[in-house]
Amino acid sequence: MKKADRVRWWTYLLLGVATLACVFPLYWMFVVATTDTATATKLPPEILPGGNFFHLAGLVFTTVPFVRSIINSLVVAGSIGIGHALLCSLAGFAFAKLRFPGRNALFLVVVLTMTVPTQLAVIPQYMIISSLGWVDTLQALIVPGLASAFGIFWMRQHLATTISDEILQAARIDGAGTWQIFWRIAFPLVRPAAFVLGLLGFVTAWNDFLWPFIVLKSPEMYTAQIAIKALQNSYSIDLGLAMSGSFLATLPLIVLFVFVGRRMVAGIMDGAFKG
Amino acid sequence: MPEAEARVRQSLAERVAPYAYIAPFFLLFAVFGLVPLLFTFYVALFDWNPIGEHVFIGFDNFTRLFGDTRFWDAAWNTISIWLLSTVPQLLIALVLAHLLNHARLRLAVFFRMSMLVPYITSVAATTVVFAQMFDRDYGLLNWLLGLFGVGPIDFLQSGWGSHTMIAVMVTWRWFGYTTLLYLASLQAVPRTIYEAASVDGAGAWKQFRHISVPSLRPVIVFTIVTSTIGGLQIFTEPLLVSNTSPLTCGPARHCQTLTLFLYEQGFGQFQFGYGSAIGVALFVLIIAVATLNYVLSTRIRPERG
Repeated sequence: MKKADRVRWWTYLLLGVATLACVFPLYWMFVVATTDTATATKLPPEILPGGNFFHLAGLVFTTVPFVRSIINSLVVAGSIGIGHALLCSLAGFAFAKLRFPGRNALFLVVVLTMTVPTQLAVIPQYMIISSLGWVDTLQALIVPGLASAFGIFWMRQHLATTISDEILQAARIDGAGTWQIFWRIAFPLVRPAAFVLGLLGFVTAWNDFLWPFIVLKSPEMYTAQIAIKALQNSYSIDLGLAMSGSFLATLPLIVLFVFVGRRMVAGIMDGAFKG
Repeated sequence: MPEAEARVRQSLAERVAPYAYIAPFFLLFAVFGLVPLLFTFYVALFDWNPIGEHVFIGFDNFTRLFGDTRFWDAAWNTISIWLLSTVPQLLIALVLAHLLNHARLRLAVFFRMSMLVPYITSVAATTVVFAQMFDRDYGLLNWLLGLFGVGPIDFLQSGWGSHTMIAVMVTWRWFGYTTLLYLASLQAVPRTIYEAASVDGAGAWKQFRHISVPSLRPVIVFTIVTSTIGGLQIFTEPLLVSNTSPLTCGPARHCQTLTLFLYEQGFGQFQFGYGSAIGVALFVLIIAVATLNYVLSTRIRPERG
């Protein structure tokens, strides 16, 4: 092997530093979430977790309706994840495999919507939700997030490369309708990609803050993220409380990541630009 | 002729099917994206109280906005935080993607997965933990600085301090995700190009500068545009970083961004008209910066020689 082909030691050093930087804040969150205020405010700081985890976690559950918050988050993120996997696959299928007038122009519109900043329009968005009578409900969070331009773009790419026109032709000759072709042939073939897209939708919805913060009013409707904010308001009482809430609100995603993180990484890289 | 009729009906359904499949997205985008965006321009022309009257006042909200020092401060804070978070994030991602692209790298899957850990951590949780690390009295960072005889620094009490702190949070959350996007693009570059360069005696830096960066041009443009649109609308970090006066990001508004200012006026003061005028101003800023970025970043070209 030529010298230039070897991996240099500083490559590992830099990647090691980056890995540490990625993981340490989560570790630190756990450390502070396990120590009492006296320890958390001690200098030099305690670097190892303390024994206070269950005490603080218990406080989280009594200060805010945290179980409800986690359930709300699961409902919202779960619905959006499933909605994404289905609706974006369906639209991606139409753009990748069906011929219809205006197809290319409409797809261009889909791509262009990705560049439209809509978060700054929260005031009229709130007015619309309000006129639908959806303020302080979970559907106000679910419905707007059911499909995305990014998801359609992503599924179209997968459908275009995975499914050959011959298969579709054969199915048509056998008398299958468009819906059957999608549901029985196309979708099963791109299910792995749709699964990763659903996961990304789930993670984004789970972590969303601004919109739930505006729309949700009563503590029973809070998602986990808004519960963190509510815990922070009582920050002065206990430094570890908001940290414990943050840790508990992140824990489900960490568990999820342990099981499907590899597929998420592969999915993100598959969906990215090539060349 | 019931059979023929059925065939006609079926073919009609078949012809409508593609439109029905793409309709949900367009409907959702229209109702919750486009209409609200356009309506922002309309509401901005009113003195609009959410539970009371709304009176047409023309461009008065904008006249007031341009004379409002809080607006200019917020605009500056937004741009400053965006620059401080985007530039390092993209540079770090470039370097890491280049390193991760090495064919003989061990632990490659482990490194890639670690890069995605910040992305699954919510902004709210990120802000809470970083705010603690940057705390003046008990923060990890000030303790470390103290070992070198520096500080303590009260990050929240200064413009540059609070901007840096928020920029660190944004960078932390996104650099790994961006790294993976860049890495995916790099993997599409044929290995033989690197091998040939290596045979010709090009070192790591030259390979990075003359092969990796130019071949990443499309994805770099993409990430710059998306981080502009996302970064200039930043809200959650400045809101959560100060727990005493969240709506202004500290009493002195050192890190109040435009979206936070919009929220304060719209939902804190119930001035929907004035809040919408802030939204319009933010829209113009985003379009201007995104266009500028696009023009600048299309200048990244493969170098000759």
